[in-house]
Amino acid sequence: MTTQGAAQQPDARPPAFLEPEHFDDVIQILRRRGYRTIGPTRRDGAIVYDEIESAQDLPVGWTDEQSPGRYRVRPRGDHALFAYASAAHAWKRFLHPPNLQLWRAQRTNGHVELVADSAPPPRYAFVGVRACDLEAIRRLDQVMMDGPYVDHVYRALRRDAFLVAVNCCDPSGTCFCVSMGTGPRVTGLADLVLTEMVGAGRHFLTLAAGTASGQEVLDELGRRAATDEECRLADASVEAAAQNMGRSLAVDGLREALANSPEHPRWEHVSKRCLTCGSCTLSCPTCFCSTVEDVTALRGDATERRRLWDTCFSVEFSYLHGGSVRLSPRSRYRQWLTHKFSTWHDQFGVGGCVGCGRCITWCPVGIDVTEEASVIRQAVPLPGSTGPMTE
Amino acid sequence: MAKTRKPTLAVWKFASCDGCQLSLLDCEDELLEVAAAVDIVNFVEASRAVAKGPYDISLVEGSITTPHDAERIHRVRRSSKLLVTIGACATAGGIQALRNFGNVKEYTSIVYASPQYIETLSKSTPISDHVFVDFELRGCPINKYQLLEVLGALVHGRRPVTPSYGVCVECKRRGHVCVAVAGGTPCLGPVTNAGCGALCPGFTRGCYGCFGPKPMPNTSALANYWSAGGMKRLDVVRAFRGFNASAEAFRRESELHDT
Ligand code: SF4
Ligand code: SF4
Ligand code: SF4
Ligand code: SF4
Repeated sequence: MTTQGAAQQPDARPPAFLEPEHFDDVIQILRRRGYRTIGPTRRDGAIVYDEIESAQDLPVGWTDEQSPGRYRVRPRGDHALFAYASAAHAWKRFLHPPNLQLWRAQRTNGHVELVADSAPPPRYAFVGVRACDLEAIRRLDQVMMDGPYVDHVYRALRRDAFLVAVNCCDPSGTCFCVSMGTGPRVTGLADLVLTEMVGAGRHFLTLAAGTASGQEVLDELGRRAATDEECRLADASVEAAAQNMGRSLAVDGLREALANSPEHPRWEHVSKRCLTCGSCTLSCPTCFCSTVEDVTALRGDATERRRLWDTCFSVEFSYLHGGSVRLSPRSRYRQWLTHKFSTWHDQFGVGGCVGCGRCITWCPVGIDVTEEASVIRQAVPLPGSTGPMTE
Repeated sequence: MAKTRKPTLAVWKFASCDGCQLSLLDCEDELLEVAAAVDIVNFVEASRAVAKGPYDISLVEGSITTPHDAERIHRVRRSSKLLVTIGACATAGGIQALRNFGNVKEYTSIVYASPQYIETLSKSTPISDHVFVDFELRGCPINKYQLLEVLGALVHGRRPVTPSYGVCVECKRRGHVCVAVAGGTPCLGPVTNAGCGALCPGFTRGCYGCFGPKPMPNTSALANYWSAGGMKRLDVVRAFRGFNASAEAFRRESELHDT
């Protein structure tokens, strides 16, 4: 599938009913169709996204506990497949690889030849894309391929990706998708949309097609339609999740407040706590920044250019002629928060945060964007503070 | 590349464990390339044949711990066009800089049968405290790919590409699960310079700070967060007193908690 609204569902058929022990059928159909299936799996005490070969690789019966600076997995005592919130990884790891060779060059007899990687990009099927993450992919689409500057690597990977989205029923302590209007119900376009109902003695999945290719998979699966009762139960689980957000953020006026508060004392306050480690931006599903590095052979006859994830928290990130523009930790934290909740709007007509909570959970010292942003928002914008940001 | 003569390379050892120079031998596959790019004329770890200086490039391993070495390093400097220090010992004083926080006389009296024969300085100091250093390559031990990168850069007259950010960046690029957040393990990654490829977090261990402080590290924020979480003062001190105990930012932080 391509971007939002490109391929539409032919007709609104009722979702299919699927017993959880048969979810593997979906994975196998996708694999037979040549997709590399990527989904949630448990590793090193967390749920991450990695290649899954069967439903057994899913974190069956596991959930997560998330709070600022803390993540733990724990068994649920049931066989739920998708009963946890956003994983340690974001899907950008696959669509916008963290370490990628762009090209290499070879010099033979004084003649330099550029060699591009000719291997076809993998066709990914992402299984278990939560509502916030589906929206994050859409926002990345805007940055990476829908605007005037197209990232060809991203587009090639994205164009062929098959998305199995999940209506989120198990938000964590750091989620605030309701505040950001991105979840817990899937509203964006996905090939398949899955809901897992678990509890009250029942455990089943419903699967709705969002695109023609999603419908093909459903047809091959050949399951009966879910009954109205089943749809209602599944729906109620998602409804309950919306009431169960770990955090909230008032966003009205936030964009302006951030733009007007470059000298707010809170920046100094947070910079005392912030490690400028960049874990927040690197965990964030929409942060897209990268840098390039050349790796040159000792002989000097071969070189390769690699693209690596970067972060606005590093000193070098803002290095221009003569030095770094954002040297103080204060200015680096301000760049991140302001970009996510304010200047992203200026650039892309929408905010850069989908409320997944990753930056809060995976901050090694538990700094919470909802708290920092709220403090700035509550401040009365100082008149005359709209000038250029200074150190 | 229009050079007619290959640059000469010398390797020097001061107070150290040899691990960093071994990284050069460890290059194995790349060793032929190294030999093709430079003339290794002085490397006692590899060959007894030692040529006289001056040398184009000197790799210096180890810290200065004796009066004799404090003089010898000046001779090395005088005979080297470019002097590159390699490893935590040469760049920060190494693990032996733990003596800087104690009393060497006491140590020698405990360790040696005849301490009167031991002639040693009260502090272990990095090479840059004694002579001008052209480039510092950090790590305990150094990363062999970084060593190759630095050699390549020097041979071809360009700036070496080495990171100036923290270990967390490499850790996240590699897709490791953060041991601090998911395991409650103290990790120095947020304040330590990258270069190892986030080796320890990849094996669910916290970072030990082998590559020393990153630029402008907020060590206090990390230490205060640990303390608030119940970490004992002595453990905070010990976390910062590893292979780079005497690196300015780590030393200062450990001293704040050593009361
Ligand atoms: S800013 Fe934080 S909560 Fe928002 S999308 Fe990024 S990681 Fe998720
Ligand atoms: S917040 Fe920082 S890392 Fe993220 S997209 Fe903006 S500038 Fe890039
Ligand atoms: S806010 Fe947290 S995760 Fe982000 S740079 Fe600061 S310490 Fe690191
Ligand atoms: S494990 Fe250590 S290096 Fe890796 S992200 Fe966490 S704090 Fe940073």
